[in-house]
Parts: sequence; C-alpha cells; structure tokens
Amino acid sequence: MRSVLAALLVGAIFGAGLVLSDMVNPARVRAFLDVAGQWDPTLMFVMGAALIPSALAYMIRRKLAQPVLASRFFVPENAAPDRRLLGGAALFGIGWGIAGFCPGPALAGLVLGAWQAWLFVAAMLVGMIAHRLLPVPANTVPTT
Amino acid sequence: MEPLSPFVAIAGGLLIGTAAALLLLLNGRIAGVSGMLATTTRIGTGGPPWRQAAAFIVGLPLGALLIVTFVRKPDLVIAASPTGLVVAGLLVGFGTRLGNGCTSGHGVCGMARLAPRSILATLTFIATAVLTVFAMRHLLGI
Repeated sequence: MRSVLAALLVGAIFGAGLVLSDMVNPARVRAFLDVAGQWDPTLMFVMGAALIPSALAYMIRRKLAQPVLASRFFVPENAAPDRRLLGGAALFGIGWGIAGFCPGPALAGLVLGAWQAWLFVAAMLVGMIAHRLLPVPANTVPTT
Repeated sequence: MEPLSPFVAIAGGLLIGTAAALLLLLNGRIAGVSGMLATTTRIGTGGPPWRQAAAFIVGLPLGALLIVTFVRKPDLVIAASPTGLVVAGLLVGFGTRLGNGCTSGHGVCGMARLAPRSILATLTFIATAVLTVFAMRHLLGI
C-alpha cells in the first residue's frame, strides 16, 4: 500500500515539474526542436536538471541492498541496442516532432483544458494497441 | 511565446528528476511514463504492479493541476491539426512500445544511469524530432 501511495506522490511531483518547466506546452518543445528557427533552450535546461537527482539516485542505488518499499530493484540489464529500439525511437521522435507532445505532457494536458491532448492520448493508446496486435517479435528486453 | 526563465526551467527539471529518483529509491522502479500508461491500460505487460502504475498515471495530472492552481497557468500553444495529432499520437504510442520507452524512461532515467540503449534511443528520437520539425517548418511550411 505504501508503494502505491509513493507512486501517486511521485506521479504528482513529475506532473508538477512538467507544468512548472512548461514542457506541457507543445510550442515550447517544438521551439527546442526547431534548431533552424527561433531556438528555445528550455528543454535542454529541464533535461539537464532532471538528470542530476536521477543520476544521484542511480549512484545511491549501488550502495543499497534493496529499495525502501520493495524487495529488489527492477532496473533493466544493459542489453545491446537493436533495430527494434532504434526503429521505435525513430517513430516516436517523428510523432513528437509533429505534435510537440510526448506521453507525460500529453497526460498532463488532459487536465489543462486542451482538447488536443485528449485526441492525441486517444491516438497514442490506439498506437500502443496496434503494437500489441501486430506480429512484432516479443520484447526480450525488460520495459523501461 | 515568451522565453521561460532558465531558473524556472531548472526548478521544473529538478522536480522531474526528483520524481525519478524517489520512484527508484522507494519502489525500485523506473519512472517511464509510456510503460506505466501501457501497464495501467493493460495494453502492455512487464511494468510495475498495476496499482503502482495506475497511481503514478493518476498522480501526474493531479500534480499538474497543483502547479496550475497555485503557481502558474501555462499557455498551451498547439499548432498541430486534428489529423496531425492523430498521426503523431499513433506514432508516439507505437514507437514508445516498440522502443521500450520515451522521454522519461530513456531520457531521464536511462541516460542518468548511462545505459547505452537509452542514450542511443534518446539521441535517435531527438534527431528524428528535429528533422521532422525542420521538414515541416522550413521545407513544407506547415
């Protein structure tokens, strides 16, 4: 039960960070991606700052036998990159560039009064279902 | 669109990173939004227990509302047409499942632990996103 409350709190902190940093704003994200136009460095600052506590936690993890509320760490093994990873990332990037939404900001956008976020999230779920239905080889690498 | 103060951007980034850190140290899990969404909707498997994933997915918009209510109301500017949003959503949904992650799982968590797969995935999706925006804005004018 405590791990469920922790996940709720963590989700809320995550969503708060997305709004505070304006990463919920597709125009802000696309302005970062538009290197040949009026480039906006915001995403770089956000990603750079996010990596600091995240990297610290992964360093602390090495000193811990187990997490506070779970029996072990569920972190994927470092497998070699494959075509599925690169193909998936490439397709994701194209969609990200078209709309300026990735999954987190789109979910936050659901409560920010943007109908576009609802349409995007609905299509995103259809895309996820399509991946499950199509005969793509089973994932051999644990999900991140 | 007005520039955002780098200090605000960094504060927001620190919150996102703190969330990823807490999920790892408390629950032993990676804070990947696409994976948690797939688990919550039961479209995908292999993620955290359902109740944890669902709690995260519910918490995310709640935290967004907290900032909107007490700190700042973002002015969302969405240029994409309905067709564009549908195409983009399909690609993001399919691509994040095929590639096992998105900006959070690969970008914030995987890169932080220097996972080669995540670094390569992040460079790849940033590259195709940059090319897509370049093609749309500077070649096609849409």
